[in-house]
Amino acid sequence: MPFNLLVLACFLYVAFLFTVAFVVEGRAAKGRLGWLRSPVVYTLSLSIYCTAWTFYGAVGYAARSGLEFLTIYFGPTLVFVGWWWLLRKLVRIGRQHHVTSIADLISSRYGKSNTLGVIVTVIAVVAATPYIALQLQSVVLSFGVFASAAPDGSRPLDPGQIAVWVAVGLAFFTILFGTRNLDAREQHHGIVTAIAVEAVVKLVALLAVGSFVVWGIAGGLADVIARIDAADLAAWQVQPGRWTGIIFLSAAAVICLPRMFQVMVVENEDEGHLARASWAFPLYLLGMSLFIVPIAVVGLERMPVGANPDMFVLTLPLAEGQGALAMLAFLGGFSSATSMVIVESIALATMISNHVMIPLWLRLRPAAAAADDLRSVVLMARRLAITAVLALGYGYYQLSGGSAALASIGLIAFLGVAQVLPVMLGGIFWRGATRTGAILGLITGLAVWAFASFLPSFGPGAVLPESVFTQGLFGQAWLRPHSLFGTEAMDPIIHALFWSMTLNGLAFCLGSLFTFPGPVERLQGAAFVNVFEGAVGPQRWARGRAEPEALLGMAQRILGEEAALSLFQVAARAQGKEGFLPDPTPAFLDSLEARLSGSVGAATAHAMISQLVGRATVTVEDLMAVASESAQILEYSARLEAREAELTRTAGALREANEKLTQLSLQKDAFLSQISHELRTPMTSIRAFSEILTEGDLLPELVIRYGRIIHDEAKRLTRLLDDLLDLSVLENGAVQLTLGLASLQGMIDTALTAARATRPEREFQVVRDLPSETIYIKTDADRLTQVFINLISNARKYCDAARPELRIAVRHKAGRVTVDFIDNGRGIPKGAQALIFEKFSRLTDANRAGGAGLGLAICREIMANLGGSVAYLPGQGGAAFRVTVPLRLETLAA
Amino acid sequence: MAQHVLLIEDEPNIAEAIRFLLTRDGLRVSHAAEGAAALALLHRDPPDMVILDHMLPGMSGLEILSAIRADPASRDLPVMMLTARGRDREMAERAGADRFMTKPFANAEIVAEVRSMLGRG
Repeated sequence: MPFNLLVLACFLYVAFLFTVAFVVEGRAAKGRLGWLRSPVVYTLSLSIYCTAWTFYGAVGYAARSGLEFLTIYFGPTLVFVGWWWLLRKLVRIGRQHHVTSIADLISSRYGKSNTLGVIVTVIAVVAATPYIALQLQSVVLSFGVFASAAPDGSRPLDPGQIAVWVAVGLAFFTILFGTRNLDAREQHHGIVTAIAVEAVVKLVALLAVGSFVVWGIAGGLADVIARIDAADLAAWQVQPGRWTGIIFLSAAAVICLPRMFQVMVVENEDEGHLARASWAFPLYLLGMSLFIVPIAVVGLERMPVGANPDMFVLTLPLAEGQGALAMLAFLGGFSSATSMVIVESIALATMISNHVMIPLWLRLRPAAAAADDLRSVVLMARRLAITAVLALGYGYYQLSGGSAALASIGLIAFLGVAQVLPVMLGGIFWRGATRTGAILGLITGLAVWAFASFLPSFGPGAVLPESVFTQGLFGQAWLRPHSLFGTEAMDPIIHALFWSMTLNGLAFCLGSLFTFPGPVERLQGAAFVNVFEGAVGPQRWARGRAEPEALLGMAQRILGEEAALSLFQVAARAQGKEGFLPDPTPAFLDSLEARLSGSVGAATAHAMISQLVGRATVTVEDLMAVASESAQILEYSARLEAREAELTRTAGALREANEKLTQLSLQKDAFLSQISHELRTPMTSIRAFSEILTEGDLLPELVIRYGRIIHDEAKRLTRLLDDLLDLSVLENGAVQLTLGLASLQGMIDTALTAARATRPEREFQVVRDLPSETIYIKTDADRLTQVFINLISNARKYCDAARPELRIAVRHKAGRVTVDFIDNGRGIPKGAQALIFEKFSRLTDANRAGGAGLGLAICREIMANLGGSVAYLPGQGGAAFRVTVPLRLETLAA
Repeated sequence: MAQHVLLIEDEPNIAEAIRFLLTRDGLRVSHAAEGAAALALLHRDPPDMVILDHMLPGMSGLEILSAIRADPASRDLPVMMLTARGRDREMAERAGADRFMTKPFANAEIVAEVRSMLGRG
């Protein structure tokens, strides 16, 4: 049989599987699955329990150990027939809680603890990796059988290369059909159907080979039975301990294996399918095991001594010249290996991405949770995880060198995943089971399994040093891997099974008894244990007794009046009704719930509508949802608190601003009342004297005198108005500055001349230092001169010395010029110094010369506009003011 | 003998106007520009009535009014208050002013008020 033909058949077969998966995915996308959703497909998909280890290995097992191989089939049969209710509970929980993997189930049951999810994921990956390696090895071996059987032997085949291509091909297929979409239920119709097709191929191949052996080689059933009786098989006698142990182990494995959980719980479409599978799957297993013993017996008879009994399924037909049959057997084995690897890697990838990669990614990039498209991230994580799982399997295959060490890995892997069993059963039957107990149990079981079974499987000296085998860990004799606690001469797998399950269960129970579950754990525990007591399936609203008005009232409370009204109006119109009150149809209730849950969360929305519809019972699931929402609410309220603190701060700022405004308003009132007084005073004189003048009959000198008074007061009034306008412009910053270079000396000269108009009768001595005044300042000369005039006028007005004197001192340093005006009067009393720059703060009236008390206020505003300042200079003997002005440009005049 | 009016007012021009008007009406007017001088004058030359400005430097008009009302000798003395700020009326009345006049005023108005306060019909 040409090798190339084999490769071609292989490719054609794979292409066929691709087509099946592709077509089914297409139909699933259109919602037209039809018969593909039948219990037959479900049952056949369960057949991934039978891997290449079962397909090829069972014959070898029988050839070596007789009927013991049956225990591998008894376990699942017992579970499906006897523990049907357990599976049904698992499936129900899986559907109700949208469980995506066994790690998710455990994590969800124990208070959504991701720690547990990670532990289970680790156990699953560690136990599954050698198993995947085993599948790769079986494919390589079967290729090898054909290569060596080729007559010319011209195709030397590199096993490693085959393994690589198989691994890559499987990764490609799995990624293609396993990560197409991100369904909440993680279902993969295409893959499941392809698996079902492979299941048929497996069964047909094995039955065909068996039939050929019985009726082709041997002379029918009677002859075969006679040969079996005659055969001197090593272990015909039943070892009760080992049989019980392995039956238990395979029973546990069929529940706990990640791939079994995937097809049995996650991919389950309909709980009814399980009922059919409960008898159909054992029947399938019976078919798979029917011809194992005849093949083994005839193989041992016919094949040369030393031939690998694991390959009898292939080598027997080949030796008899049945190339086509051998090809079918090869495809059966190929199917067993590939289907297992595909489903296993999907299951593991789901666990790895959901419990390890995504949490890690979200922790590293917390902002991404809201911002990014998490969907594509999850899919990418899945693809990476699938690649990683297959790479691990391939790596393990390479490291173990494809040796016989793999052959024993099947039961060891079973024992590994069986460590999840106590925690899982406890989780769904015992409400008292706690997270701490589960963690303790799992870690204990994992440790005992690794030490007593997994690590020793590499052989003494490989991972564990030889001294550990002979003297125990740390030299403690009771810590020998195969003789824990002094239990000598036990079968290693039974020994490991006994101790790992005992210690695991003990740690789990004690840990649960001595710790107290948290509230989420307790609710989840109740939800899982009492899963059948709650409502069945996802709830739909029946046409309830809800009053539309009551619903509208509630919706208004949550959504706001307008939004609720428009929602109800749209719904009413859709029902062909006028107004705002639609009938409470299930569809309307559903849409209302969806809308409300956007605001208050799904659980609360459901509970609220439940009450109005009259279904007052709030299920455990509802409570659970409320509990998980309340975590979000806590976070939300933390955010609210932060916002409240912010509001308090804002309110404080507002209060401050308000106080300032109130104060400003008071100041404004005082200012207006001051202005009123300042305006009324000259008006009073003007009115009184003008009336007197109009009456006539007055001495001529009085007419002149009163006319002058009127004139003076009118001028005073004008000046006051000018000052007010000036001040208003300066204060509003609307002042237009005319910048230019001006001589300081010139400005002081101008100011002195102008100020002479104030009390012109007084002779004022002015002391100056002219050289210091020869500075050019870049400023608004008119404004600065105005300040000087005001200061000099004030000195002329208020200096009460007998021989009044004004000293003007100029200094400049660091880009600023100071001009001091110091008189020799009494100065300004200390308490009043702070007030003099305020508006209308006239201090004494003794020498009032018509000022309104705005002069210094104007000076202050001008200097602020010029980038400088004016301040009272205390301790100079008389009144002293210092003007500081920036020297934008400085040149010494000649 | 002419009736005597004490005028307490810090604005010299206003004081001159009132003095002219009342003198022409046949009254004797004495004038003080601030509180201390006014109270001294009150004792030295007791008037028949007082015209009191509200806004004065140093002692305010209201303070002078309380001082007048605190002294038994002048407790019932008629007092007219002048103010340039409308709001002060209430305070002035509470402090015991008999009449109240807002600046600026008509000449005839103030003369008539003074006449009525002095009972000169």
